[in-house]
Amino acid sequence: MFAIRSAVAGACLAATLPAFSQTASTASTAATPETSFNPAISLILNGTYANLSRDPETYRFQGFIPSGGEIGPGGRSFQLGESELTLSAAIDPTFNGRFTAAVTPENEVEVEEAWFERTGLFNGATLKGGRFLSSFGYLNGQHAHTWDFTDAPLAYQAFFGGALKNDGLQLRWLAPTDRFIELAAEVGAGRTFPGSDTSRNGAGVFALMAHTGDDIGASSSWRTGISWLRHRASQRTFEDSDSLGTPVTNSFTGRSTTWVLDAVYKWAPQGNATGRSFKLQGEYFRRSESGTLDFDTTSQAGGPLSDSYRNTQSGWYAQAVYQFMPRWRAGLRYDRLDAGNARIGLVDNGTLTEADLPSLIKAKPERSTVMLDYSPTEFSRVRLQFAADRSRGDGTDRQVFLQYIMSLGAHGAHTF
Amino acid sequence: MNLRHLLCVALVGFGLQAHAALKVVACEPEWAALATELGGDQLQVSSATTALQDPHRIEARPSLIARVRNADLLVCTGMELETGWLPVLLQQSGNAKVAPGAAGFFEAGRFVTALDVPARLDRSDGDVHAAGNPHIQLDPRNIALVAKALAERLAQLDAANARVYQERHAAFAARWADALRRWEQQAAPLKGLSVVVHHKNMSYLSNWLGLREVGTLEPKPGLEPSAGHLGALKAQLAKQPAKLVVRAAYQDPRAAQWLSEQARIPAVVLPFTVGGNEQAKDLFGLFDSTLSLLLAAAR
Ligand SMILES: [Zn+2]
Repeated sequence: MFAIRSAVAGACLAATLPAFSQTASTASTAATPETSFNPAISLILNGTYANLSRDPETYRFQGFIPSGGEIGPGGRSFQLGESELTLSAAIDPTFNGRFTAAVTPENEVEVEEAWFERTGLFNGATLKGGRFLSSFGYLNGQHAHTWDFTDAPLAYQAFFGGALKNDGLQLRWLAPTDRFIELAAEVGAGRTFPGSDTSRNGAGVFALMAHTGDDIGASSSWRTGISWLRHRASQRTFEDSDSLGTPVTNSFTGRSTTWVLDAVYKWAPQGNATGRSFKLQGEYFRRSESGTLDFDTTSQAGGPLSDSYRNTQSGWYAQAVYQFMPRWRAGLRYDRLDAGNARIGLVDNGTLTEADLPSLIKAKPERSTVMLDYSPTEFSRVRLQFAADRSRGDGTDRQVFLQYIMSLGAHGAHTF
Repeated sequence: MNLRHLLCVALVGFGLQAHAALKVVACEPEWAALATELGGDQLQVSSATTALQDPHRIEARPSLIARVRNADLLVCTGMELETGWLPVLLQQSGNAKVAPGAAGFFEAGRFVTALDVPARLDRSDGDVHAAGNPHIQLDPRNIALVAKALAERLAQLDAANARVYQERHAAFAARWADALRRWEQQAAPLKGLSVVVHHKNMSYLSNWLGLREVGTLEPKPGLEPSAGHLGALKAQLAKQPAKLVVRAAYQDPRAAQWLSEQARIPAVVLPFTVGGNEQAKDLFGLFDSTLSLLLAAAR
């Protein structure tokens, strides 16, 4: 290969050769530590002590269809978090792979991520397949142990039940420009909220995202983006209780479209974040759902009641984290959700009243959070966090968390 | 500008690319300077980091991802120095030309003999690097070894200009050998000089000049200097004095200043890499400046 390449004197042809043959042509270069045969292994230990003024069993986002995902502050007292085990390695000259399992405190193993990746599919393009954290927004692609606060923003919890993991494919392409411009598309089964688990063929979720970013001088940099996600939900069920207090199961079938805007700005003197640094980030979510609402799907008295459902809901958070000296950081976060004005056919035509669907009664949940954390090294961190959470629509939950995050094994690289 | 640039590349296509200079992204300023010495106008060189940044701790910023995406050659130290950020740049850039194992991925650390290779790998020893101490650039003999390998790699990647790289390398190697003789003469008085360093990032300099490192401000590699450790270091220096306390331009001055005042020894800020001070404009200036600062302080 090399002889052919030098014969045509290169750079031009090299640019047009498929990336794979380029890699093969230069395989004489010895292996790097990253490509040694043993995969890099890392294990994250984490846990919290939580003091919550209200019973976490009653946690909900008033006005939002329950996601059934990981919402709320978790349990009271000492809590073991998910222990996260990651293996990653180059598979061969073409593919990389990564596997992350989370062992829950209930002794169950969940596959968080399991994907292969093909870098340089064509110039600037990367294909990923398997189960992966969707790259929409800013925070979704990041593992929980890298978060700046103990818990996820309310918008992530209400709109996606935590983070959106996709079982599917992702294609990313980086434009050949001086400025960072990344376009990505994802397609997946969409089995988790706001999609639903069905036995159909085809895809349940499509997502498109665009991100751009740059530096401002030597000390600052930023990234911003817009994402669009379309989920298909069919018989996405949720529990509620009717106006008589009887538990009922309802379900939604239809289309769910989510827009996400995200932005992050980072500062460090001369780009040296060892001493002081500052990070500002925010995301805005807006979701429109339209379709059919089935009321009391398990009704014994002749089938569920069905009519239209339409709503546009939104939510956002903004947070700032300041590292004021080596190892110490303080942070501030504000979350807000808007449940929107749901158009529920069954209520509009008088079949039901609002009181028959109490979890959908309009509200504007919000939360304010402060945190202080200390990291003796980049492998260990302890954090103290206070929050006033007004998500339930009736009063405030005062939350105190003391958290540890410990990382064993391979040194993970951090995304921006 | 960017959109037009994109269209232009698409339309003019290969013809445009064949004449374009090879785009080199260096992970550290010393390798950017070396590539410029070897490639001159044939190359379009930039450095991902500056002398005022800690090369262990760099953010994988969008601007760097874009630069790696467009690079034909990545010149890095390797030896796990960039492990906290380079893998992200490589993964997100989607550029197979510079992936590990490809000809466009050059690790300088492979061409030198490593110092401080740990006998055991244990994080309780701090942030140790399995492949040895990665701060290889402060021994000019290492620069000569890397220069030879890098010139060969440039000739391999850009075969049409192979002669240019060979000639420029021959000229550089001759100038460097002269400078090396001069530096070694100048530095003769530094032999056996006992110094305290901030981080174990001066080992190659010490090894070259015969300096004796009697302590570090960091209690363990990668850990910030603590009051307790500095106190113990001061007590130790009372028994076995050191002549200087040395740090790199990017490191926090406070610990070195404290020790300098307490132990009454000069604190010296070395440029550490190209761009670390006014005089260190290129690789020659880096060593001229390093030696003159050490000689002035040791007098
Ligand atoms: Zn180091």
